[in-house]
Amino acid sequence: MAAMTLLETHGLTRRFGGLTAVDGVEFRLDEGEIRALIGPNGAGKTTFVSLLSGRIRPSAGRVVFAGEDVTRLPAHARVMRGIAYTFQITSIFARMTLLDNVRLAVQRRMMRGWRGPDARALDAAAMAVLDRVGLADRATGIAGNLSYGHQRLLEVAMGLGLRPRLLILDEPTQGLSDAEIAGFVDLVREIARDATVLLIEHNMGVVMELAHRITVMEMGQILAEGPPEAIRADAEVQRAYLGG
Amino acid sequence: MSRAVGLHIAVLAGLALAQFTLPEYHHGNLARIMVLAAFASAYNITFGYAGMLSLGHAMFFGAGLYAAGLAAEFGGIAAPGGLVLGVIAGALMAAVVGVLALRTTGVSFMIVTLMFAQAAFLTVLYFGEWTRGDEGFVIASDMRRVLGLDLADPATRYWAAFAVFGAVMLGSLAVARSSFGRVLAAIRENEERTRMLGYDVFRAKLMALAVSGAMAGAAGAAYALLFGYVGATFASIQYSILPLLWVLTGGAATVLGPFLGTLLMFYLIDVSSSFTTAHMMIVGFALIGLILFFPKGILGTLRERVVPWLP
Repeated sequence: MAAMTLLETHGLTRRFGGLTAVDGVEFRLDEGEIRALIGPNGAGKTTFVSLLSGRIRPSAGRVVFAGEDVTRLPAHARVMRGIAYTFQITSIFARMTLLDNVRLAVQRRMMRGWRGPDARALDAAAMAVLDRVGLADRATGIAGNLSYGHQRLLEVAMGLGLRPRLLILDEPTQGLSDAEIAGFVDLVREIARDATVLLIEHNMGVVMELAHRITVMEMGQILAEGPPEAIRADAEVQRAYLGG
Repeated sequence: MSRAVGLHIAVLAGLALAQFTLPEYHHGNLARIMVLAAFASAYNITFGYAGMLSLGHAMFFGAGLYAAGLAAEFGGIAAPGGLVLGVIAGALMAAVVGVLALRTTGVSFMIVTLMFAQAAFLTVLYFGEWTRGDEGFVIASDMRRVLGLDLADPATRYWAAFAVFGAVMLGSLAVARSSFGRVLAAIRENEERTRMLGYDVFRAKLMALAVSGAMAGAAGAAYALLFGYVGATFASIQYSILPLLWVLTGGAATVLGPFLGTLLMFYLIDVSSSFTTAHMMIVGFALIGLILFFPKGILGTLRERVVPWLP
C-alpha cells in the first residue's frame, strides 16, 4: 500500500524583516513515518515547524494537512485537526499536578463545545496517558517540582493526550541524560505506531536510530532529504552540518 | 455532595439564618455587603479565575445600575424587569469591550479597560439631563416592588440581596468546578500552552468576561433597586478598584474569598471611621499586613497551607 501524504507545504516562506528564516520550502510527510529535521542552529527548523503548527503565520506559501489547506487556520484549530506541538523550551502548567496537566489535553479532545467529559472518564484517560510515558506514579505531584527530564516527558504526555495524527517534537532530548534518552527513543517508537512523528533533533545517535527519513535544512531551505544512510553519506550534508 | 459544595451551602444557610438574629444595624449592612460581594465575585471570574487584571469593572456594575435605574425612571419598568435588563446590559457591555480589549494582555489590558470605563463614566456625566450626573436620582418607590413586596422593607431587601448573592456565588462555584473553569485556570497559568492544546483562548476569555459582566450587571441593578439611588459615583474609577481590593483581601480564585474580603473591608472602614477620620490609613496598614502574612488573600493562603480542596 502506498503511504498517504499527511502533510505538505508549497513555497512556504517566512520573513522576519530582512531575514528570510524559511525560504520557499516544498515539504512532504507521509502518514506513519518518523521524520527527523536536522540542520545547524539558525537553519529555520523551529520557525518551519511553528508555521506547520500555526504558532506563526507564513509570509507566503501553503500548508496542507490531510488534504485540507490549513494555512489560514489559527493554531488551536490546527490542534483540533490533529497537529500537536511540544515546545522546545519546556512549557507546562508548573503549578498544577501532573494529572491536571494531562487532563487539560485529554479534556480538549473529549469536549463538545464547552461541555467536558465526566470526571471519571477524564481521569482514566489522563492516567492512561501518564502511564504510557511512565509518570503514572507521580500523577498527584506538582509539575513544577519534577526534574527537567520528567518535565520533558510530561510535555510529550500532553501531546499524546490530544491523540494527534502528527506529533511535532522540538528538540525533545535536549538536556536529558543518556539513560533518559534511551527511554525516550523507545517511547517515540511506541508513539509512532499510531501517529506520525516530526522530530527536530541535534543528537545524531537518536536521529539515526529513530528516523525513517531525514530532512536537512540550511539557511531556511531544504538542503537534502533521504533515508539515514544516504544522509550520512551525503557530502553536502557533511560539509554543512555533520562537520565532516 | 462533595465537601466543597457542602461548605458553600452551609455559608448560604448561615447567611439566611443571620437574617433573624442580627441586630438591625448589622442586618442592613449585611444586605449591602452581599450585593457588593456579588460584584466582587463577578470581578473574581475575570481577575481570579481567568487571570485578567481589569481596571474597568465599574462600567459593568454601572451598566446594570443605570439599566435598572433608567428603565424605572423613564420606562416604568419595575424591579424584576430592571434586574433582567441589568444582567443583559452588563453582559453586552462586557462582550463589546472584550472584543476590543482582549486584543491586549497584561498592562495594556489594564489600561484599555480603565480607558473604556472612564469613557463610560464620562458618558454618564455627558447625558446628565437623563442621568443627573454626580447628583444622581432616586428610584420611585413604586418601581422597587417584587411580587407585591416592598424592597425598601429591610427583611425583603435582605432576602433579595441574599438571592442575588447566592445566585452569583453558586454560579461562580459552577464555573470554578467546570471544564470551562479549568480552561480559564490553564489560560491564567500558561496561555501559549493552552492555545497549543487546541483551546480557543480568545473565545474563552471573551466568554469569561461576558459572564463576569452579567454578574456585575446583576449586582449593579440590585444595588440600584434595593437601595433606591443611582449616581455617577458607582461608575467611577473607585468602583473598579474596590472589587480588586476585596478580591485580593479574601483570596483571588476562591469562591468565598470575594465575600469574605468585602465583609472585612466594609467593617474595617465602618469600625475605624467611628473613632478616627484617618480610617483610610488603617485600611492601608491592614493591606500591608495582608500582603506580608496572606500574600494570596485570606482564603487563597489558607488553601495553600491547610485546605487544598477549597474551590
